This record gives sequence, structure tokens and C-alpha cells, in this order.
Amino acid sequence: MEDLHLASIVVSTIRNAPVLMFAAMAGLFAERSGVVDIGLEGKILASAFVSAAVAYTFQNPWYGIAAGIGVSVALAMIQAFVSITQKGNQLVCGIAINIAMSGLTFVVAQFFFQQGGRTPDLGEARLTDVILPGSAALENIPVIGWLYGHVIGGQSVLVYLAFILVPIVHWVLYHSRFGLRLRACGENPHAADAAGVSVERTRYLAMLVAGVLCSFSGAYLAIVQSGFFLRDMSAGAGYLALTALVFGNWRPLYTVLGCLMFGLFGAVQIQLEGVDLPVVGRIPGSLIQMIPYVVTVVVLAGLMAKSVAPKALGKPFVKSR
Amino acid sequence: MKTTELPRWATGFVLPILNLLSALLVAALVIHLLGESPVESMQILINSAIVNPEGLAYTLFYASTFIFTGLAVSVAMQAGLFNIGAEGQMYVGGLGITLAMLAFDAGLPAWLLIPAGMLGAALFGGLWAFLPGYLQAKRGSHVVVTTIMFNFIAASLMNFVIVKYMIPEGEQNPASRVFSEAAALPPLNAWFPVLGDTPLNISFLLAIAALVIYGVMMTRSEWGYKLKATGLNPHAAHYAGVRISRTIIVTMVISGALAGLAAVNSVLGSTHYLSLNFPAGAGFVGIAIALMGRQHPVGIFLSSVLFGALIQGGFDLSLEKPNIPQETFIFIQGLIILFCGAMENFYGPAVLKLINLTKRN
Repeated sequence: MEDLHLASIVVSTIRNAPVLMFAAMAGLFAERSGVVDIGLEGKILASAFVSAAVAYTFQNPWYGIAAGIGVSVALAMIQAFVSITQKGNQLVCGIAINIAMSGLTFVVAQFFFQQGGRTPDLGEARLTDVILPGSAALENIPVIGWLYGHVIGGQSVLVYLAFILVPIVHWVLYHSRFGLRLRACGENPHAADAAGVSVERTRYLAMLVAGVLCSFSGAYLAIVQSGFFLRDMSAGAGYLALTALVFGNWRPLYTVLGCLMFGLFGAVQIQLEGVDLPVVGRIPGSLIQMIPYVVTVVVLAGLMAKSVAPKALGKPFVKSR
Repeated sequence: MKTTELPRWATGFVLPILNLLSALLVAALVIHLLGESPVESMQILINSAIVNPEGLAYTLFYASTFIFTGLAVSVAMQAGLFNIGAEGQMYVGGLGITLAMLAFDAGLPAWLLIPAGMLGAALFGGLWAFLPGYLQAKRGSHVVVTTIMFNFIAASLMNFVIVKYMIPEGEQNPASRVFSEAAALPPLNAWFPVLGDTPLNISFLLAIAALVIYGVMMTRSEWGYKLKATGLNPHAAHYAGVRISRTIIVTMVISGALAGLAAVNSVLGSTHYLSLNFPAGAGFVGIAIALMGRQHPVGIFLSSVLFGALIQGGFDLSLEKPNIPQETFIFIQGLIILFCGAMENFYGPAVLKLINLTKRN
């Protein structure tokens, strides 16, 4: 059991969570406004590829992040057009985006880099970790040195952004005029409409925010966590983020807890690989990979939390005459 | 007089064609941007998938698999359930076949062995869809997300089972042992030598039979009526005495069984052993087929042949044009789902206007 290091589990939980946190907060905006966002997965994948490709080409991670925002917002706008203007099936649209992006990212990556749908290693173009001042001085003090240098400090800017966004998202959703309108559109669009709120405009805005937030998830995956783009590298993160949303009852703080929980499972999963456990022995890697998906089903089955979705979720708004 | 609703020939024929053309137009644009000629690519595709008889046989071989996955998604869709899990159900169905073969292929004759394999496929596929169906019906967990999760779980589980238990001693390749001769589905080239050495087999005929049964059940049976009523308005159906949760669970099991049967063509018709990731996306193709074919038996058949042709032609195309790899067709599949599924009424208003214009004159 001494192979299971608590310290490295804590650190890698913090590093795993942002992928899900950005995506879950994106989904929060979309779904609280009444648009189902199954397409998170495709947006993560597309922005991961574009950020990695642009960051590599210009050897600058910031250009990569900017380009990632662009492509994720473009996809979100397609989704918004289909779901809001066309009043089409939002689930089908999301799945379509996920499948299309799974194919297109490979094709384009192959076209530009010819490495089997992978981008070259980003090397210097990777986003570096922030080293807080005084980390070196505190390094030798037990606990505090580790906490200051490797938990609070020593993370990438995007990790800080993910955690700073949580109170901001909470404030926007519950204390701003936009947030009130957004929630009204998700719960009772006809009432919102009667009160003079443009349901279509609010939902478009929500999708715009979702597009921006979701792009960070892909950028983080490619230019912080991995340092390259790999085919289908999102591996279900978009769906896990949606599940965190269900787990968190579509409320920001609880949703983030859900993301941290999945991050923790990911961290434990890496630790468990190739380790002899008491009683069960060595668990094969393929079974360990299954854990987050099984947990998702358990969460969705309502065995861990009872949740209530926004009432108008997934229903196109037709103005009554 | 002005029409406000589109006639059936428009919704059933004109709109799907327009949607499909839009998807192909976007695909052509992407192929153009990749530096290849869309027209030339189209010619290669048609030549390889339809004109050449061996190519046509491959097209129909792939189509036989797709008809089953397309039916699986369609049955669920008729009941208002969006089953994304056909991929995983087909994969697990392959395990059902393999277990039946490993147990019986030494002793049983072909006419007993093949039905045993089909039974195993349907049973395992159906079981894999049971839990998502049960959770949807009883716990309200959305079937879309649970079936996606079951795809991931199936992938890990099958990886584990194949690597740990299936690889014969002394072998490295992650696959089961090869089944006996008796387990091979009779190929159609015995009757049509022009098809050449292709894997097209009787499962094509089985697929056609499944389409007919599906069509009859949907339009002529009480069960089909209940199923469609559940899909159109569960509250009204419940009020009329349909047991909603039972219908949902049974539909999901049937859907999973059909997806499982799709494995019969791949495993018993072509490879004759169980290999890693053998469904290769056929379950997801089923989604595109169900949406494009509007869950109608004829539509499912035509869309399946189209996708069979895209896969077969796409394979030859990727050999000739390295810039258009096989994955291009995953992208095209997504486009078809987008245009034929999510934006199915995109051209509706325009077509309606056109009809009204011609009526006035």
C-alpha cells in the first residue's frame, strides 16, 4: 500500500479537474438556459486540436488558446443555430458535432503533420507552470513547502483560471441580471418571454459563453496536460462533465465538487495501475480505465444524489401567439 | 389555396435528398480544401463501390451490418429513445457469438451452430441494453448518456476479456482462436460467381428479412402501435393504458439484440474469430442511417447501402489519395447526422414556398 502516495494524488486531482471544470461550467450555462449540450465532447476535441496545432505552428501557447476559443465558439454557434433558430433536435445535433469532430480533427491533423492524427510535441510552446516567489526558500519545510510550491503554486495559469471562474460563474448565475434571465429561460421560457426577455437572444448568449468556457477545456488538455494533440484524446471528458452537472444538480459549486470527484478517480486510477493491492491483487489496466464510466452510470442512476434538471431543458422555445 | 403543411412526397423524399446533398456538399468543400478534386474522388468512389462487381459485393457486405445497427437505432427512436449504444451492444454481441462458438463449434453442425451464434449475439446485445433501458424507465437516467457510458465500459471490458481469456496459448495477437469451418456463414458467391472472393454472405438476406419483420411490426402490430404511441406522447400513451416503463425496457432490449445481431455478419461472415474493436464504428453509422432513412425500412435499406458504398469506396480512395484517409467518412457521417437529423426541416419553409408558388400559377 505504500505505493499509493496521498501527496501525488492530491496534486494530480487538481491537475485532472480543470478539463472537466471548464466543460462543466460551459454545460452549466448552456443547460441552465434550456439547451442540452451533448456536444461538449466535440468542442473539447476541436479546441484541443486547434490550440495544439496553432501553438505549435507559432510556438506560442497564447495564440493556441485564442484559436481554440474561435473554433469552440464557432461550433457552439452551429449548435445554437440548430437548437434555437431551427428548433431542431438538440441531442442529435450534439452527437453529430461529436462524431464529425472525431473524424475531422484526425483528417486535418494528418494533413498538416502526417503523424497518424497527432500533432508534434509542443515543447517550448507548452504553457509553463507558475512558480510562486519564495517557493525555493520554503521547499524544505515539510507540508507547508509542498502546499505552497506544488498545490497552491506550481500550476499552470489555466488551473488558476478554472478555480477563479467558479465564484465568478456562481455570481453571474445567481446575482446578475443576465443570470436571472438565463435561469428563467431554462425553467419557464414563456414566463421570461412575457416579462420581455428575448429567449432566443439569451440562449444565444449562453451558448456563446459555453463556447468560450469549453475551449479552455480543450486547450488545457492539449497544451498543458499532454503537450500534444492525440486522436480522440478527450476520451469522454465531455460526457463526464455532463454527469458532474447532473451530480451537482446544475449548481456551480456542487458541479465543481463532482468534477473534483472525477479528477480524484483519475488520480487514483493512475496510482492503482501495476500495484499489488491486498485481497484483490493486481487490477488490470483495462478494468481500472472503466472506473469513471461506471461511476457515471451510478451517479446517473440517482444512487448518489437526486437531481432535478432545468424544466425547459432540451425543449425548443416556440413563441406563443 | 395555400398549403401550410408539406405533402408526404416532400417530407419523405425531397427533404432527405436535399439534406443529404447539403452534407455531401460540405464534405466536397473539405475535400477541395485538402487539395483533392471532389469530382475525381466521387468517380473513384463510385467505380470502386458500385460499378465493380466485387466492390459492390463488399458494399452490400458492409450494408448487411449497417442494416442491423440502423434497425437497432430506429426501433429505439420510434419509441422516443435515442440509443447511442449500438456500438457497445454490437461489441458485446460479438462476445455472445464467441462464447457459443467456443462451447459448441467442435460438435454441432452448421445449421445448429449458426442459430446458436445468432442467439448468443442477440442475448448478449440485448442484455447490454437492458440496464440503460431499465435505468431510463425506472430511475429517469437519460438513456443517451448511459448508453455512451456503456460503450466505454464495453470497450474496456472486452479488452480485458479478450486479452486475459481469449488469446490462444502461444499467440500474441489480441483475438480469440479461429472457429471451425462449420461456423462460417455460407457466402453468396457460391450462387453468384461474379461476386468473386468476397465475404458477402447470407446475413445480407437475414438483414432484408429483419427489415421486412420490422416494417410489419411497426405498421401492423399492436406492439408497434404501443411503441410508437410511447414515442410520440408518453403521457397520452400511459393514459390509454400502455405500460410505459415496460415498453421502454422491452424496446431497449430489442434494440440491443438487433445491434448484437450486427456482429454476426462481421464475426461469422468475415473474420471467423473475435478481435479487438471489430465493430469499428458500425454502431455509430447506425445512428446516421436511422436518421437519414427516417426509420422507414426502405429508407434504412437505401442509407445502409449508401454507407456501405462510402466505407468500401472510401477504403480504395484512401489508398489512392493519402490526403483523404478513412476518417474522412467519420466526418461525413457526422455531417449527415447534422443535416438529416438535427436540421431535417432546414429546407422545409423554402420547399413550402415553392409549392405554394406553383399552385398559384
